[in-house]
Amino acid sequence: MDASGSGAEGPGGQTASRLQAPGRRLGEKTIEVMLALCGVLSVLTTTAIVISLVGPTIGFFQLVPIGDFLFGTEWTPQFEPPSFGVLEIVVGTLNVTLWAMVFAIPIGLGAAIYLSEYAAPRVRKTVKPILEILAGIPTVAIGIFAVSFLLPEVIQRFWPGDFLGGAVGKPFMALAAGLGVGLMIVPIIASISEDAMSAVPRGLREGAYAMGATRMEVATRVVFPAALSGIVASVVLAISRAVGETMIVVLAAGSNPNLTFNPVESIQAMTAYIATTATGDISTGSVDYKSVFAVGTVLFVMTLAMNMLSIRLVRRYREVYE
Amino acid sequence: MTGAGEVQSERTRLAVAGARATVAVALRNQPRRDVILHALFAGLLLLAILLALAGLAALLIQALVRGAPALGPDLFTNVPSTINPEQAGFRPAIIGSLELIAGVILFVVPIGVGAAIYLEEYADKTRWWNRVIEVNIQNLAAVPSIIYGILGLAFIVRGPLDLGFILAAGSLTLALLVLPVVIIAGREAIRAVPDSIRQGSLALGATRWQTIRHQVLPAAIPGVATGVILAVSRALGEAAPLLLVGAVVFITFDPTPFSADGYSALPVQIFQYATRPQEAFQELAFAGVIVMLVVLLAMNSFAIWLRNRYERRW
Repeated sequence: MDASGSGAEGPGGQTASRLQAPGRRLGEKTIEVMLALCGVLSVLTTTAIVISLVGPTIGFFQLVPIGDFLFGTEWTPQFEPPSFGVLEIVVGTLNVTLWAMVFAIPIGLGAAIYLSEYAAPRVRKTVKPILEILAGIPTVAIGIFAVSFLLPEVIQRFWPGDFLGGAVGKPFMALAAGLGVGLMIVPIIASISEDAMSAVPRGLREGAYAMGATRMEVATRVVFPAALSGIVASVVLAISRAVGETMIVVLAAGSNPNLTFNPVESIQAMTAYIATTATGDISTGSVDYKSVFAVGTVLFVMTLAMNMLSIRLVRRYREVYE
Repeated sequence: MTGAGEVQSERTRLAVAGARATVAVALRNQPRRDVILHALFAGLLLLAILLALAGLAALLIQALVRGAPALGPDLFTNVPSTINPEQAGFRPAIIGSLELIAGVILFVVPIGVGAAIYLEEYADKTRWWNRVIEVNIQNLAAVPSIIYGILGLAFIVRGPLDLGFILAAGSLTLALLVLPVVIIAGREAIRAVPDSIRQGSLALGATRWQTIRHQVLPAAIPGVATGVILAVSRALGEAAPLLLVGAVVFITFDPTPFSADGYSALPVQIFQYATRPQEAFQELAFAGVIVMLVVLLAMNSFAIWLRNRYERRW
C-alpha cells in the first residue's frame, strides 16, 4: 500500500528519469571488459596451439614428403631408413575409439535416460555422484585396470575361441584399451546427457503424460529430442576424448603400429606415439621430434573437424525453451 | 447447505469413480506387446547403469586388493626408488600434484566463470567475435590432452613464455586444458537460470552486474561447482601432458613451483611404476592409485554435497 503511494508522488516524467542511472557506471563497464578478456583468452589458447603445431610440422614436411606421410601405411620411425606413413597409427586410434563407442554410447545414454526419467529422486541423487566419481578416475588408473583386469579376466575369459585370431596370450590389445576408454567416457555421456534431459521443462513431460503417453514414449519422443543438443554434445565430447586419450592406450593397446580394426590385435595409437616419443631427452631438431608435431597436427585437425560437425548438428536441432 | 453439499459430494464421487474406471479399462486394453516392450526398455536402462557401476566397482576392488600390501605411512614419507620398491614411496609426487592443482584452481575458477558469465550474460550473439569465442571454446573442449602437452612444450616451457621445465609450467598447461570444462559447465548452469529471475531483479532496479552477482550466480553455483569438480579431478589425474612438459619421475626432494630442479606428479609416478614388470612395483602402482582416488574422493564429496544441498529444478 505504501509503495504504491510513493509512486504517485511526482509527475510521470520524474519517475522515468529516476530509472536512469545517475552516472555512467564505470564499474559495470569495467566488469564487462574483464569478463570479455576471460573469453578472449580461449581464442589466444587456440592460436597458441596452432602456432606451436604449424612451425615444426612444416619443418617435418621438408624432411619427409607430405604424400608419404598422409598416404603411407608403414609407421616405422625407428627403422633405417624410417617410414612415416601416418595411416597406420590413425587407424590404430580409430580402432580403439570404435570399440569404446560401441560400449559407451548405449550404456551412457541408457544410464542418462534412467536417471532422468525413471529413477526416484533419491536414487538419482545417489547414483549421479557415483558416476561423477567414475568420471574423476584418472585415466592412468583406468589404463592399469584395463591391462591387468579387463584384458585377462574379461576379454580373454569370454572371447570366443579363435575368433578373429583369438585373444589368449596377448599382453596388449585394442579391445582392452577400447573397453577402458569406454569406461572412461560413459560418465561423460551419462552426466552431460542427464543434465540436458533434466533441463527439459516439466510442462513438456506433463503435457505428453496428459495426452496418454507412457513413460517410455515421454522419454524417447519428448525428452530425448528436446535434449538432443546436449546429448549430441556429450557424445561428441566423448568421441574426441576417446580419440585423444593417451594413458589408457599407452598402457593397454601396446606400441605396435598395425593397420587393422581387429579388436584383439595390438596397435599403436597417435597419442601413444606422441607420449612415448616426446618424453625424456629427445633432441629438438631431430626428425622424431618434428614427427611428434606432425602427428599432433593430424590429431588436432581430426578433432577439429569432428567438432565443427557437432557444433553444426547442435545448432540445427536445438530447441529453445522459456 | 449440508443437503446440497452431500448431493455435490455424491456427484463428485460418482464422477471420480467413473473416470477411474475408464482409465483402468484404457490401461488394461494396452496391447500386451507394448507392456512387454516398455518393461524391456526400463530393464535395459537399468542394465546400462548397473554395468557402469560394476565397472567402477571392479576397478576400485582390484586397486584395493592389489595395492593393499604396499599401503602404509611409508608411501607418503618415502621417495621413489628404481632399485628397491620395498622402500619406495610417493612423497615428491604427492606434493607436486597438490601444488599443480592449487595453481590450476587459482587460474581456472575466476577465468572460467568470468568467461561463462560474459558469454551468457553480456555477449551479443549476433557479433562475429562473440561467435568466434563461443565456437572456439567448444573446440578447445575436444582438443586432446596430449595436444595441450605439445602446447606446453612448444609455447610455455620453450618458445614465447620460455618458463623451462618447472612445476608452474605444468600447472599452467593443466589449467589451459581444463578451462573449457569449467566454461561450458558454467554456461550450462547460468543458462538454466530462468530469465524471469533476471527480469524480476532488473525490474526492481538492480544493475546488470548486481543481477548477476546476487541472483544468477547464486542460482548457478551448483552447476558451476559440478564443472569445477570435473575440471579439477581431470587435472589431478592427467598424466599425458605432464609427460611432455617435464614431470620427471625419480626425484628425491620436495618440488617447488618455480624451481628448475624438476618436479613430479602422482599420476606420472604411478604410470612409471605400472610399466615395470616386477610385482612389487605393480603393488606400488596400485597403492598410488588408492591414494589418488582417496584424495579425489575427499575433494569430490564436499563439492557434491554442496551441489545436492543447493540443487533445484525450475
